[in-house]
Amino acid sequence: MSDEILFSEPAGRAAQGAEELRDMVGEKMVLNMGPSHPATHGVLRIVLELDGEIITKAAPEIGYLHRGDEKIAENMTYTQFIPYTDRLDYLAPLANNVAYALAVEKLLGIEKQLTARCQYIRVICCELARISSHLLGMGAFALDIGAITIFLHTFTEREKIYNLCESLTGARFTTSYTRIGGLARDLPPGWVEQCRQFLKEVVVNFDETETFLTRNRIFVDRTQGVGRISREDAIDYGLTGPNLRGSGVDYDLRKAHPYLVYDQLEFEVPVGTTGDCYDRYLVRIEEMRQSVRILRQCLDKLPGGPVNVADKKIILPTKDKVLTKMEELIHHFINVTQGVNAPPGEIYFSAENPKGELGFYIHSKGGGTPHRLKIRAPSFVNLSILPRLLPGHMISDVSAILGSFDFVMGECDR
Amino acid sequence: MEFRGECTLKLADAERIAEICGFARKDMGFDYLVDISSVDNYGDDPRFTIVYHLYTHAQRCHLRIKTDVAEQKAEVPTVTDVWRTADWHEREIYDMMGIQFRGHPDLRRILMWEGYPYFPLRKDFPLAGKSSDVPEVAFTNTTPMMGGPFVTIAGGKDSIAREPRVRIPESDSISMTGRVERREDIKDAHGKAFGPGPIEKKP
Repeated sequence: MSDEILFSEPAGRAAQGAEELRDMVGEKMVLNMGPSHPATHGVLRIVLELDGEIITKAAPEIGYLHRGDEKIAENMTYTQFIPYTDRLDYLAPLANNVAYALAVEKLLGIEKQLTARCQYIRVICCELARISSHLLGMGAFALDIGAITIFLHTFTEREKIYNLCESLTGARFTTSYTRIGGLARDLPPGWVEQCRQFLKEVVVNFDETETFLTRNRIFVDRTQGVGRISREDAIDYGLTGPNLRGSGVDYDLRKAHPYLVYDQLEFEVPVGTTGDCYDRYLVRIEEMRQSVRILRQCLDKLPGGPVNVADKKIILPTKDKVLTKMEELIHHFINVTQGVNAPPGEIYFSAENPKGELGFYIHSKGGGTPHRLKIRAPSFVNLSILPRLLPGHMISDVSAILGSFDFVMGECDR
Repeated sequence: MEFRGECTLKLADAERIAEICGFARKDMGFDYLVDISSVDNYGDDPRFTIVYHLYTHAQRCHLRIKTDVAEQKAEVPTVTDVWRTADWHEREIYDMMGIQFRGHPDLRRILMWEGYPYFPLRKDFPLAGKSSDVPEVAFTNTTPMMGGPFVTIAGGKDSIAREPRVRIPESDSISMTGRVERREDIKDAHGKAFGPGPIEKKP
């Protein structure tokens, strides 16, 4: 065995070591990276077949967090399902709320009637959720690779986002902020200034994170060239979001099929070149910077006016009218007990969530509850490439690849 | 057929779905399979509908293809050779609805555990679940639904069946034993029923 340490050729050294092991043992080992594992970002089980240190087969097993959301949706009115959407991608709950509300509004045909203020506030929510999710994604990615400090750096900024969410919606985490046709409540006074202050601080934090990681020799060695997904594979396997853009496909739903007011905002979409973990990391960092740019524009342009659609059959009327007038009382009663009256038909709507394309396919037979609600979860589809991607890498690359994928099991399993 | 600006194609013959999808990919350029869903039209024949959502990056255009599948022969050819992402989607449909995909490389359950005997998303499967007798799996009993969020819809035709207080609990559910449901059955220490409820007060 040669005593030379070849830093620039890890695969070569591993192959040499594997050959020797094979001579010694001659068998492959099956390793269970179990559902309860710090590097699997949730309850994901991967059964790895190893030849020395190199993975020859990988079989991910999901379903440990399956809660039957789609079955539950068939028994609830559209508004009652909103808290369940929080818990899909629980790292960016506001984005899920917005995507679901937009899907139901598309079914009802009222998406053009949304007020301007509502649309701007929803964009603000989505972009805050994007920053929050990417901060956690990159923090956990760095943590798995070994750069433990970054995790707490990004989490201090996430705490500030949680504080913003709490003053906005009442909850840090399970926000349930949007309603069909509008929002639960308007922005509290002073929130815009708090948000602006946060944006000033968070950019400093991005710069610090980049100082730690982007040109760090160890980080680059561990992520560059690892987990390379070709453009054709990315499209074939249905990847979306930063995973797809890291592989060089310029597809962002905010630009390709703009919803809300994204067509009136100026921002760029970062696209990678090689499709390895390092590219996905760079795409996410740049996306966060572009989110800050979008947020600044939204806060400047935020219009006044009502936040909910004026149609009383969709939005609950205000309490003073409900308690005094008959017509509003009836509307309130029917809306709460039977739900919004959706026409029969089916729609598919997808939004650019931080993890990818979150889509809702709603098949309605009329009435207040959906006949079938299918949630197209980006993490579910992103994970399907693992059996193809992992073989050929070493065990220590698994945590780098999983971290760069930034998936959430709540969304994957629903 | 168009609804809300989306185009839906209805396929008459489920057997040719792989051919149509292959054509869509090669000749029409739909290189991206967004989603495959399944709908259970309980009471209609054919019972299931499979919905394919296609997308082309070049022309930025969506397409939806639907095909019906009967209950007796719940089998459809797979489209995994056309788009490899269909692999997991079809496994999920098999897991949840019980529709088999002929030619699928590895058709097994994905969200539920192996050996689970039912297909949960079918309409005749109750929301609370059914208990199953699989060894080595914990928590196989039905969900306790008492006081849960599932309030019946006023005027719905199955409200009697769905009202939690009326429904007779499954006998093998642990949480339901010993729990009394009707006012008349609640007795005080002397074995006398409590007084009449608010509705029954005579003027």
